[in-house]
Parts: sequence; C-alpha cells; structure tokens
Amino acid sequence: MTSTVRVSDVTKTYGRVEAVRGASFALGQGELVALIGHNGAGKTTLMKLMLGLIRPTSGAIEVLGDNPAAGEFAGRRQLGYLPENVSFDPALTGRETQAFYARLKREPVAKALELLDAVGLGAASRRRVSTYSKGMRQRLGLAQALLGAPRVLLLDEPTTGLDPELRQTFYDTITRLAAGGATVLLSSHALTELEERAGRVIIMNRGVKVADGSIDELRRLARLPTRIRLKVGGLAPSEMPPWAPQDTTCRRLNGHIVEIDAAPERKIELLHRATAAGNAVEDVDVVPPTLDELYAHFLRQSEQAP
Amino acid sequence: MNILIIAAKEIHQAIRNRWVLAATLLLAGLALSLTFLGSAPTGNLGVRALDVVIVSLSSLTIFLVPLIALLISHDAIVGEMERGTMLLLLSYPVARWQVLIGKFLGHLAVLTFATCLGYGVAVGALAATGSPIDADSLLAFAAMVGSSVLLGGAFVAIGYLVSALVRDRGTAAGICIGLWLLLVLIYDMALLGVLALDQGRSISAAVLNALLLANPTDAYRLINLTGFANVSTFAGMAGLAQTTSLTIPVLLTALLGWMLLPLGLAALAFSRREL
Repeated sequence: MTSTVRVSDVTKTYGRVEAVRGASFALGQGELVALIGHNGAGKTTLMKLMLGLIRPTSGAIEVLGDNPAAGEFAGRRQLGYLPENVSFDPALTGRETQAFYARLKREPVAKALELLDAVGLGAASRRRVSTYSKGMRQRLGLAQALLGAPRVLLLDEPTTGLDPELRQTFYDTITRLAAGGATVLLSSHALTELEERAGRVIIMNRGVKVADGSIDELRRLARLPTRIRLKVGGLAPSEMPPWAPQDTTCRRLNGHIVEIDAAPERKIELLHRATAAGNAVEDVDVVPPTLDELYAHFLRQSEQAP
Repeated sequence: MNILIIAAKEIHQAIRNRWVLAATLLLAGLALSLTFLGSAPTGNLGVRALDVVIVSLSSLTIFLVPLIALLISHDAIVGEMERGTMLLLLSYPVARWQVLIGKFLGHLAVLTFATCLGYGVAVGALAATGSPIDADSLLAFAAMVGSSVLLGGAFVAIGYLVSALVRDRGTAAGICIGLWLLLVLIYDMALLGVLALDQGRSISAAVLNALLLANPTDAYRLINLTGFANVSTFAGMAGLAQTTSLTIPVLLTALLGWMLLPLGLAALAFSRREL
C-alpha cells in the first residue's frame, strides 16, 4: 500500500500551547480514517498542517509528494478539503462559487455543477450564498471538496448540519471514493456513525496521538469487556443463574435479563455455559465495546499516563 | 491562469457588491459638478475649459481615489481570513502570491473602469456643451486619468500590505484611515511648515525632491499640475514647474515604485502568515 499522506514526528506550538506534539502516522491509498478527539485535541491543526496553511514547529509532512510547509501545491489538484465551519463569498451564487473552484482545479465546469445536484443543492444553487442555511453551506462545501477525482480528502466535521438522508449519501460517496483508492481523513464527533465505516481510527488527546488502528485492534488493545445480555426465563427478579461466573461482573437488568461483562476471550466460554445449563435462554445480545467507550478508555489511559 | 481566475472573481464580486457602480457614480458625479461649477471663477472666456477641469479634478483625485482604493483593499486579506474563505481558497492548487496578484489586478480593473468612465463623462459633457477641446488638453487629460489609476494602484497595494500584516479587520481599517490622513493631508502641511521654518537654509532642492517623491500623492500632484505647460499656468504651479528637476518619467517611476514595493512586501508578509 502506498501512502499518500505522511506525518513524521510533527510538533506545532502556538506560543506556549502545544497544539500537536510528536505526531507520526502515514495514511495509505484507499483508507478511510477517522480522526477523533475533543475540541482542541489537534485535529484541525493536523489538517491545516497537511494543507500548508500553517508550518510545523518541528517534524516533516508529505502530502501527495508535496511538502506543504515549503509552499508546494502541485498535488493539491487531487486534494479535497472541507473546513470546519466552511464559508463562502456571500455575494456569489452556489453555482458561481462551484464554477470558480472548478476552474482553480482545472476541472470542467459542467461536471462540477452536476455535483451540486448530487449533494442535493439543486434549485438553491442559483441563489446567493448569503441566503443559505448552515446545512446548505455544508452541502456546497461537500460539493467543492468532491471536485475532480480527489486522491486525498480531508474532511473536518463533515456531517454537522446535514440531515440524516444526506448523511447516508455522504457516507456512501466517501466509501465509494475510498474503495476507488482515495485516502479519506475525516474528523467527527459522531462516533457511532464512524464506527461502521472507518477502517481505521486515530485518537488524539491534547495534541498527542493516543491510539491508532482498526476498531478491532483498538478493542484488543483496550481489553474492554464485551457485554453479553441474556434473556433468561424462570428466574426470580434478583436471582443470579447458577452458571453465572464468579469472577466477572454480572447484573440483572429489568425483569429477566442478565448482563455479563465478559473479557474478550471468554465470550464463547460464557455463552456455552449459559446454554448448557438448565435455564431457558430465550434471547441473546452480544455488544462489543463501542467506539464511544473505546474513545473514553484511551482518553482515560492517556490522562493517567505521566 | 490562476491569477486571471482570481482577478475575474474579484471583478465579478465587485460588480455584485455594487462597488463598481458606487465608485463610478461617485467619481462621475463629482467630475460633472466640478466641470460645470468649477468654471465659474475663471469664466468661460479665453481659457481652455478642459485644462481647468484637469486642475480641479486632479486635486479631487488626490483625496478620493486613495480613499476608494484603501476601502476596497484594506480587507482583502485579513477580511477573507476572518470570514474563513481564505482557508478554503488556499487549500486549492494556487500559490499565495497568485492570490494577491489576482486580487490586485481585479481591484485595479475596478478602479480603472470607475476612473475612466467617471472622468470620461466630464470630457463628454464638455464636448457636448460645445467647449473647444484641443489635442494638448486631451493628452493632459489622458495623462491625468492614467496617473489617477496608478495612484489608485499604489494605495491598493498599501492597503494589501496593511491587510497582510494585521490581525483583524478593525485594525486594518484604522491603520488605513491613519495612512490616508497622513499621506493625503498631514504630509503636505507638515512639509510646508518645515519649509517655512527652514527658510531654505538646510533643506536643499535635492532633499525637497526626495521628500516629494516619498509620498505618492505628491508625485501624482506634480505629474498633473506641472507636467503640462498650459495646465501648470492655471494650477499656479508654473513657477515650480520651471524649477523642479523632477521630470515626468521620474515621477511615474516613483508612483510605480509606490505600487510595486508595497505589493512585494504584502506578498512576502502574506506568504509567512499562518491561518
């Protein structure tokens, strides 16, 4: 796999504030990467560094063969960017704005205007941007980021202000682009949305990369328990089934559900025990740790580290 | 290519925002009123009306064109940064200096259009009312319009330099108003005061020339009021015109320098900006 974005030991300080500290990673072709972290964790700073909008205090960055800090921008023709709180010139219409950006990327204007329909801007594209709602500006922002055939897409909070339907279309679009070999780096707070889609997650905390890997890898690293919920018949409300293990936490949820926090490697064993025993297991739910929980775990871990 | 795309967008925006309309109407209105009211003190006999118009219009230009230029330029960089549009623009395959030059060409085109049309109306009105206009006057008028555009360009560049250096739009506006007051009003008064006090003892002609070139508005004034013999008679500057060693090419070079130097510095400051 060839990497399109390489960040090597990058630090960026603003005065005494370290926005990013010693971050290193490489993003490969076809990867859909979620960048998560609190506000101020360094997500936006990382994207700005990749675009050469700011220069790293130390370390090196390479994006599509360019060194953005030196003002190289040849590769930016194949790069799409959607800033957080995207804004456009209020005096121009959506179509004029899109045409302007298409010209800068040397893309055919007619094709660029089709993107406006794809993001559902449709008739509104003939109105001035000053009349747009936040959601409409976000749609226009997406349309310009998708111009051409981007090989790298940097999307900063792309789904804020989008309705659920467009959100779905948006994720379908970027999944298709990633399948076609584009690198998509996407920062978001909507962790549940990312969980199913991101092939890889990078967690930032206070400018430091605290975790990096696929969700499965992160689950293995975090060793958070998987929750097994069993609907068991014939038990008194507070009674624990006899097969319940002594060494793990079990609790009773409402009437007849037993919840067990199972260590990842004991899942199967526990299920066996439950079904082998006499009580009738009527239903079973296995809930692996969610991205939310993983995120909280890695944050806690990094806060405890010296 | 990038430069032209950005220039075209600037022009488009200026038309949309009615900057072009406002500037043209302002200049045309003032030019027309000066053309007709301005001839009152001289009467209509024996003088070439256009020469009088040139004198009054160029005095007006010194106040107005720098103001318009600073108004459209002070917010060109810092304003786009504050609004967030610069962030997106710079993520495109375009160099920062291309953004700056593109904006400059766009703004200069707007100024050129407003000046040519606004002042052209005055000539048209004179011709329409039957005043005789000869080739000499017409040449002086064309030189006035051309140098007005240069003066505007110089102040657009100065506005960019301020815009590239400061943190917010308010500061940019404040500094630009200060610069306008300094270069357009205070500088000449201070220079006069110093000359009167000095009585020619320590300030030589060479120093005076340098001091005049150090202000784009003075360079502009000298081009128009002393550059053409028949105009300088009315401007009351014939005496100065005979003694000054500042020729038109020198003055034009000074104006051009006032345009290119701030523009270069603005490009340098902008290229180092972080946003």
